[in-house]
Amino acid sequence: MTAIDPTAHLTAEQIEELGRELDAIRDEVIAGRGEKDAAYIRKVISAQRKLELVSRGVLLFSFFPPAWLIGTAGLSVAKIMDNMEIGHNILHGQWDWMRDPKIHSTTWEWDHVSPADQWKHSHNELHHTYTNVLGKDNDLGYGIMRVDEDQKWHPFHLGQPLWNFINACFFEYGIAAYDLELGKNLRGRRRKDPEFRTRARAVGRKIRKQVLKDYVIHPLLSGPSFLTTLAATFTANLVRNIWTHSVIMCGHFPEGVQVFERRSIKDETRGQWYLRQMMGSANISGSRAMHFMTGNLSHQIEHHLFPDLPSNRYAEVAVKVRALFEKYELEYVTGPLPKQVFSAWRKVFRLSLPNRKPTVEAPEREPELVAA
Amino acid sequence: MTSAALRSGAWKLLEMVTTPLLPSDYLDLVSPLRSGADLRGRIEAVRPETGDAATIVIRPGRGWRGHTAGQYLRVGVDVDGRRLWRAYSITSPTNRRDGRVTITVKAVPGGKVSNHLVRRTKPGTLVQLDQATGDFVLPEAKPAKVLYLTAGSGITPVMGMLRDTEFDDAVMVHCAPQPQDVIFRDELHGLVADEKLRLIEVHTDTDGRLDLSRLDELVPDWTERETWACGPAGLLDAAEDLWREHGVQERLHTERFRPGTVVAGDGGEVTFGATGRTADADGATPLLDVGEEAGVLMPSGCRMGICFGCVTPLTAGAVRDLRTGEITEAEPGVLIQTCVSAAAGACTIER
Repeated sequence: MTAIDPTAHLTAEQIEELGRELDAIRDEVIAGRGEKDAAYIRKVISAQRKLELVSRGVLLFSFFPPAWLIGTAGLSVAKIMDNMEIGHNILHGQWDWMRDPKIHSTTWEWDHVSPADQWKHSHNELHHTYTNVLGKDNDLGYGIMRVDEDQKWHPFHLGQPLWNFINACFFEYGIAAYDLELGKNLRGRRRKDPEFRTRARAVGRKIRKQVLKDYVIHPLLSGPSFLTTLAATFTANLVRNIWTHSVIMCGHFPEGVQVFERRSIKDETRGQWYLRQMMGSANISGSRAMHFMTGNLSHQIEHHLFPDLPSNRYAEVAVKVRALFEKYELEYVTGPLPKQVFSAWRKVFRLSLPNRKPTVEAPEREPELVAA
Repeated sequence: MTSAALRSGAWKLLEMVTTPLLPSDYLDLVSPLRSGADLRGRIEAVRPETGDAATIVIRPGRGWRGHTAGQYLRVGVDVDGRRLWRAYSITSPTNRRDGRVTITVKAVPGGKVSNHLVRRTKPGTLVQLDQATGDFVLPEAKPAKVLYLTAGSGITPVMGMLRDTEFDDAVMVHCAPQPQDVIFRDELHGLVADEKLRLIEVHTDTDGRLDLSRLDELVPDWTERETWACGPAGLLDAAEDLWREHGVQERLHTERFRPGTVVAGDGGEVTFGATGRTADADGATPLLDVGEEAGVLMPSGCRMGICFGCVTPLTAGAVRDLRTGEITEAEPGVLIQTCVSAAAGACTIER
């Protein structure tokens, strides 16, 4: 919804044709899912468990600096794998087709303070369905930031570089608060809503378990290494939080990504929905290791087009999707991680100030404080 | 403190160490067959029996409680990455020394699991198991005279019985297209040579389908025999009629491998198992809409098949994926996306 609509050159018929071509890409992957894919996710899960086990084992001796370093690095990677390539993707139902009750969106739980079922609602239903629609997709700035000129400015936004930094450090708590819609629910009568209270209690239980494990049990098991292990798990959580926050910022905030007006999605066709996902997401380029560590969210565009395809297939899908961008003369927003992170942060700084010139029409939207 | 309380306390502590995973998630990495684990088995050998049948030797996990001759076993096999469950009769005797269990599988045309097990399974593969079950078993008091009436792979539960229990007077009438299609043929002929069994083979390619009116001639005293019959539905239906006509239906025990065929037609009655409500649905309306229309509390999300916010267990019948036309049949553990699934015949979902 910038001044110039980058999709204006497409006719309605072309948009539907684009939709059909994307459906065909999806169908091909769905038909080809099989043993190799299943072996892939099982291997990743097994590797993550072994890495976490070994890292925590090494941390029992974290009093020795080399053990601290190795253990902390290993645990950070294990936590990132758990949240990204494994948790996020399983909770999307990407592996439900395997019919393995142990690797299923309805039974999976992750190393994160937001309980899986609450995250699934806010992420899969709201964010993925209403991607980048102002006022509908709360991922647009998480309710604490202004990430598009068309979001109304408020003096609160002056502090948004700081809010964003704090949110990055404690991202899992930010997500939990966000999934609870804490800002909205703490206001007025809603805080007594039994449904909200049940959900808040569930988050409380999850936080207690996570904190007890990372900051009490494992340090205690380390005996004389209590304090160093405590520092190690804190560091691993911090690394995981900053990493996931950075990757996710790159998905929708870099320059060139479009946002949409609420009324633009009324009676949206399948082709139009696809087009919105294409224009509302941005990729990260890099090596295979890089894609793996982002949980393949580096293929954010492909993930938004086909959220339920197995993540190991996004790389091959990306080749075809990119060809469609070229065919329909659309901009495929992508770049290396540092460039995309910088672009997203620049936007956070720039939009902390009011627009230089007033926009034609600003949708009404109050900022909501949701971060912990 | 009792040792049980100590153990449960230690386990709780372990759970706090491994949360959000369970201790068993880690133990499964090294010891999937240990006691206390979900019941699994490791395939140790696949032995061809005929051109399209093989015996699968399974080492069951420590939780295996054994079986009674004639019972079957539900096996969860990953075929093309998808877990599919099927029931197969146990063909090993109950007293096998090494504790292994065998099932004998005939590859049926188009059968995903049977073809996979017979032709592609490699030793070392882990499979999911349920405890043995089924009432197609021998009584505790041995009957004096026995008749086994079997066809094709219907011989498998009976083989489990033959290997387990000897009778003074046992007759088997077995149908197969040709001699080489008779599973366990050498072993059966060995029993005949030892005078432990009288065997009548009906080769349907040359003799035609078995007409049960020939039974008087093949086994003149069949009405006096306790009979175990297993085979295609046609044979069993005919047998039930015949035994009833002669007033000896209590002597006939049957085992059906397929409980009727699933009607995958255009729509049908949808039953919501948890609430007990029912609604008529056509074959084009998503079950999510049908449920909401019927006032059932349905979880929902994107309503377009992407968010999996609506997945619900399908406990009976079949549904059609509105996007692909693919039919999904009810099996334990099968979950469907109600927003993109329509009834394909009568079905029950757990809402």
